[in-house]
Amino acid sequence: MLRIRQDLVDRIVEHARTDHPDEACGVIAGPEGSDRPERFIPMVNAARSPTFYEFDSGDLFRLYKDMQANDEEPVVVYHSHTATEAYPSRTDIALASEPGAHYVLVSTRETGNAEGPYELRSYRIVNGEVSEEPIEIHDLQNLGS
Amino acid sequence: MATEVRVPTILREFTGGEKAVTAEGPTLQAIIANLDANYPGIGGRLLDSSGLRRFVNVYLNDEDVRFLDGLDTAVTERDAITILPAVAGG
Repeated sequence: MLRIRQDLVDRIVEHARTDHPDEACGVIAGPEGSDRPERFIPMVNAARSPTFYEFDSGDLFRLYKDMQANDEEPVVVYHSHTATEAYPSRTDIALASEPGAHYVLVSTRETGNAEGPYELRSYRIVNGEVSEEPIEIHDLQNLGS
Repeated sequence: MATEVRVPTILREFTGGEKAVTAEGPTLQAIIANLDANYPGIGGRLLDSSGLRRFVNVYLNDEDVRFLDGLDTAVTERDAITILPAVAGG
């Protein structure tokens, strides 16, 4: 299960809408071992493509260096699909390299840059196996529960 | 002449869970060969028939070796090698 705050979900969707028609991508870091997504880190899609995303290698290095300094790990790795459903593609599965992360996919195929309905789904991808998981969205007031 | 090599989560199955190991060699190519000798199979995750795998990033200190001399990049024991799988997809 992915437990995530509403404001973080909103930011993923906003990023996807802004970058459409290119795929948007990023990470939400959280304290190591906590499984709590906390720090939203949108990344530049160095591929700038409607069908592919990749973090620039220098950005990636700085991201991991920062997370290590903060005792964080990537809890969520998100990206958008601009013309297909919010389900991991064969490429997504082949390249998933963080076995502990929740892979969040959002699709902007319905609305593009505009407001409106979107699909946002979460998956674990481990050793080439995809399993979808439920998402529990909470707001700041419910953090204690 | 042992150089520190930082290993990403997904490759720690080869290093017995260790996140940093050491390896010897004057170039990145030699370092990888030494890593594979001590941690069999790790070389195949870093290299393919064309050289360094496309979606594996290797850094000498904080520079991507693709912008240095690739597998021929010179390495000393004062350097740190970091391996990070690309974060990418389609």
